[in-house]
Amino acid sequence: MLKFIIKRLAVAVPTLLVLITISFFLMQAAPGSPFTGERNLPPEILKNIEAKYNLDKPVWQQYFLYLGNLAKGDLGPSFKYRDYTVNDLLEQSFPVSLKIGAIAFIFTVIIGVSIGTIAALKQNTILDYIIMALAMTGVVLPSFVIAPLLVMIFSITLQWLPAGGWNEGTWEYLILPVTAMAIMYMASIARIQRSSMIEVLNSNYIRTARAKGLPWRTIILRHSLRPSLLPVVSYLGPAFVGIITGSVVVETVFGLPGIGQHFVNGALNRDYSLVLGLTIIIGSLTILFTAIVDILYAVIDPKIRYQ
Amino acid sequence: MSLLEVKDLQVHFSTPEGDVTAVNNLNFTLEAGQTLGIVGESGSGKSQTAFSIMGLLAKNGRTGGQALFEGKQVLNLPEAELNKIRAEKISMIFQDPMTSLNPYMKVGTQLMEVLIMHKGCSKAEAFEESVRMLDAVKMPEARKRMDMFPHEFSGGMRQRVMIAMALLCRPKLLIADEPTTALDVTVQAQIMDLLNDLKRDFNTAIIMITHDLGVVAGVCDKVMVMYAGQTMEYGTVDEIFYKPTHPYTIGLLESIPRLDTDDTKELPIIPGNPPNLLNLPTGCPFQDRCGHVTDSCRKQVPNLETFGNGRQRACFWSHELVTAGGAQ
Repeated sequence: MLKFIIKRLAVAVPTLLVLITISFFLMQAAPGSPFTGERNLPPEILKNIEAKYNLDKPVWQQYFLYLGNLAKGDLGPSFKYRDYTVNDLLEQSFPVSLKIGAIAFIFTVIIGVSIGTIAALKQNTILDYIIMALAMTGVVLPSFVIAPLLVMIFSITLQWLPAGGWNEGTWEYLILPVTAMAIMYMASIARIQRSSMIEVLNSNYIRTARAKGLPWRTIILRHSLRPSLLPVVSYLGPAFVGIITGSVVVETVFGLPGIGQHFVNGALNRDYSLVLGLTIIIGSLTILFTAIVDILYAVIDPKIRYQ
Repeated sequence: MSLLEVKDLQVHFSTPEGDVTAVNNLNFTLEAGQTLGIVGESGSGKSQTAFSIMGLLAKNGRTGGQALFEGKQVLNLPEAELNKIRAEKISMIFQDPMTSLNPYMKVGTQLMEVLIMHKGCSKAEAFEESVRMLDAVKMPEARKRMDMFPHEFSGGMRQRVMIAMALLCRPKLLIADEPTTALDVTVQAQIMDLLNDLKRDFNTAIIMITHDLGVVAGVCDKVMVMYAGQTMEYGTVDEIFYKPTHPYTIGLLESIPRLDTDDTKELPIIPGNPPNLLNLPTGCPFQDRCGHVTDSCRKQVPNLETFGNGRQRACFWSHELVTAGGAQ
């Protein structure tokens, strides 16, 4: 197992390198530069600026300069936020998204799996129908509907919670954005968990467990829960990256200083270094969580043993 | 008092297409240490009979009648009551050993939990007892295998594990639902030998559900031939094999390939298919496939008549004809 983890991490390096290379040249290939706008700068000034950011050098030279800095952990200066480096920007915004994302993720998994399991155990009863109807609603409602709805109900009408803002992440400012983030994933997980639990409960080995005279509780907790989690686990990898890298919509609605805003601004501004920095973060997270999912698979399913 | 006395057992399923009667008025008794074979084609209600006794019917299933185990009704018991009987008094092994063990749990854990549950054993006791039982079902290197997962076992080995698991609490009755169907022939023979040995060693009564008459001849004391959920014929294994009196039983016996007959002749078969349980014909369910069908067969269901020494048969065809023509 340890060997497998080391191997997985070793493969991550070239994968990331390919990702960086492709993103780097794609950004450069796109027309325009960070300094083209509606009002063109005078040529001398533009030249000075480009010299400062090394944009006057050939592309391959810029690429190696970037890699060199990256090796030192330096993601370079932002092209648009004048006095900030990309490291500064990400250091400020990523923890915000990470905090909201991690809390949302924990709730998503616990609640999603629980209600999915309950629905499966009460299959075709009124409780099952209610849970599944709610889950369906959660799946189809986009976050730009859910988030303002939550604000309307809990901030404007009931006035229980603040409508937005970060306030260093105190709990009352977290509840609404976390809820808005969690609902969609929670609903998906509940649906996945329900169908996989139903499948497991109808399997031959559960019939054996019943024939052994085991109480229902043991059958569910010891014999069914683990196998039923496999499909959920495979969904969790991408879901976690999605939740953590934040939702542009949710962060915008609640005015949160997370990294979601940088996706939009970075792309619009042609902020080469910022876009690359974000790509590296998401790429690393994706690789990391795919590996974690693979490891979890092996933990759950004894048939999977990695060499 | 008989070990198991089944009276007018019925199993119904409500389906979107209507009510299906899978088992219709079954009657049999089983004494301690005896083996009853239940034979019939797929869909004849053999397995549902077993499931109803174990309380393992699908959610849309209902039972009627009585199944008295040691004089106590076991049909429609609440789950908690059933769990005191399951594995402890009545055990079951299933048709498909490949999927009947939990693939996510160690074989040892699956064995031990039965003892911990029913006998209140400590983990260490349960472990030792499980190893002993694996030895008893002739599992090589039993101790080492406790730590392995089902996918590391072959089909025959998994069925041995199932049998060991079923016998852990020394149940009085073992229901074996086609235990050898999914196994290849040599392994089938080993498993049947094993069941015979265990029956002798543990004095366990067995209900052997199968469509393989060879299996029945090898291990059973009594045989019940089922068709479309009903008993066609019931008797001792010698009576059924040497003096079959029901056209269906005769057809089944004739369609067994034999080594000592002329191999240029085509193997006799019973033409047609079992009837749809959703709309059974009026009269005998076997009428459309029977060579001796008469008008009365199409008008009413023949009663299950009991002859001397408890032999039963449901057929209008006269018995004398049978003994003259059908016996071999």
